[in-house]
Amino acid sequence: MKMFDNIKQSLIWKSMFRRDYKDTPRNRALAIFGNVFMHLHPVKVREGAVKLRYTWGMGGISLFSFIILTVTGFLLMFYYRPSVDQAYWDIKDLEFQVPYGIFLRSLHRWAGHFMVIVVWLHMFRVFMTGSYKSPRQFNWAIGVILLVLTMLLSFTGYLLPWDQLGLWAIEVGTNMAAGTPLLGFEGPFSEYLGITPYNDVRFAILGGSTVGGNALLRSYVWHCVALPLVAVVLMAVHFWRVRKDGGISGPHS
Amino acid sequence: MGPFIEIISKPDNIAIVVMILMVLFFTAWAFLQAFRNDASRKNGELIEGEGNGKVDTWKPLVRIELIVALVVFIGLTFWSLVVDAPLEELANPTLTPNPAKAPWYFLGLQEMLVYFDPWIAGVVLPTLIIIGLIAIPYIDINPKGNGYYTFSERKWAILIFCFGFLFLWILLIVIGVFFRGPGWLWFWPWEEWDHHRVVYEGTADLTNLVGIDSRSGWGFFIGGGVVTMYYALGMILPYVYWRKKKPEFFENLGMVPYVTVTFLFWTMLALPIKMFLRLVLMVKYVWVTPWFNI
Ligand code: HEM
Repeated sequence: MKMFDNIKQSLIWKSMFRRDYKDTPRNRALAIFGNVFMHLHPVKVREGAVKLRYTWGMGGISLFSFIILTVTGFLLMFYYRPSVDQAYWDIKDLEFQVPYGIFLRSLHRWAGHFMVIVVWLHMFRVFMTGSYKSPRQFNWAIGVILLVLTMLLSFTGYLLPWDQLGLWAIEVGTNMAAGTPLLGFEGPFSEYLGITPYNDVRFAILGGSTVGGNALLRSYVWHCVALPLVAVVLMAVHFWRVRKDGGISGPHS
Repeated sequence: MGPFIEIISKPDNIAIVVMILMVLFFTAWAFLQAFRNDASRKNGELIEGEGNGKVDTWKPLVRIELIVALVVFIGLTFWSLVVDAPLEELANPTLTPNPAKAPWYFLGLQEMLVYFDPWIAGVVLPTLIIIGLIAIPYIDINPKGNGYYTFSERKWAILIFCFGFLFLWILLIVIGVFFRGPGWLWFWPWEEWDHHRVVYEGTADLTNLVGIDSRSGWGFFIGGGVVTMYYALGMILPYVYWRKKKPEFFENLGMVPYVTVTFLFWTMLALPIKMFLRLVLMVKYVWVTPWFNI
């Protein structure tokens, strides 16, 4: 305790936390808006909003899974190169050479699966409490886009280990794109547009007519750069809207 | 039971087991609270959350967030320590596994391939699912049931959504994961996968059932007529009925939302209908054209 007091009196501590904490109403408010991260929250919330049985905490758990994925994904990038000659062996090295590598990889994979499930359940909760109704219609729409992004993030990640599981899952998934009307080479009416396996949407997605090195590189760039960036921006809008729409829904709003 | 244990303990499929348990639990919890609130309403009591005041964010909310985050983190850590992420053989484009399965969350779509061609199952339906989800707040204009669990105040919305989510999405995934083997044939979980099993199913097209070749001119027109009438009647009949009954929601629903909601509704129901046609009547296509088949 004495040591803790000393730490709290130190210059470093005081530079980080501008005031010491006394449990007063004013301080409880300051704890929220004196900190940029806490400031995502309002200072006071409706009682129902803090009840787990109402929100199931699913939105928050989605965010938390995303954070775990960002941290573990960042670390995985140190050990992984997205090329046909290296990808699989880098993953093998993670498993057998890198300390705690297999744990890192497992955590990333299971958190990814978990996030997909949790986002579905978050949507289910929002539906069951009718929280998409006025004034929250638009935030629901943003949510749907986040749901699609979550699944695309998982899908693009699936290919990266460059094993049979990922290759054929992506093969099956992208073959469906070949059926796109007008734009896929197996889709209705595409023959009138001169669409072939070498210029259709599937080709654009894969960067080739088969799942090969280009597809691996594209997956990697979408997975590690583009999709997370878009997701972060939309999450910021999503959270901002939760507040602007009057906080978490309840029977009186 | 051998294959079942094998399938269920595949590392990636543990996620499906987690999903099934969570979906069942939360569905039950949502309906339980809905019925409880409905009962309170009926007895003239306050429902959950009504008349609540506000509480500080610091600490009641932050405390809960912290606890939930810790529980989730411990759970995921445990999961990752016990089960290793899978890594199969090196990718080999010349060696096709049978069955080749999409990632588990897309298996609902892959399962639809049994009933529809890829352009519908893989492109049109997913697009409509996304559009339909976004449209929900704009077509469900019932102002009741905003911000609390209830069933009686929005029965149809809940029934339709739950049917789509639980049966057409989650259940199809479960079927795709646990019941589909080589050739995408149905295998019970306790059956060995027989890679040489061939099933001869004498499927025919709808018009062939009444003796008209689906590829003939008549077949084309009848098939097209069935599809057109399906949507046309699906929109006109409820319209006529509600015009007479004049329920409140119908009076407030504009023409565009009405057409949107009926179109989406009948498109969603087309899946179970096509399943029935395929599985019971052995119908492959309803409408055969030179460009596409439905
Ligand atoms: C990456 C995905 C997502 C994240 C991180 C996220 C996060 C959150 C959080 C933290 C909240 C606060 C309340 C709560 O925890 O339940 C929330 C509320 C909300 N979310 Fe999401 N969400 C995501 C996806 C979705 C999806 C898929 C939908 C719907 C299709 C959606 C619609 C909403 C709506 C309408 C609210 C307001 C609910 C209310 O006021 O009761 N979100 N979201």
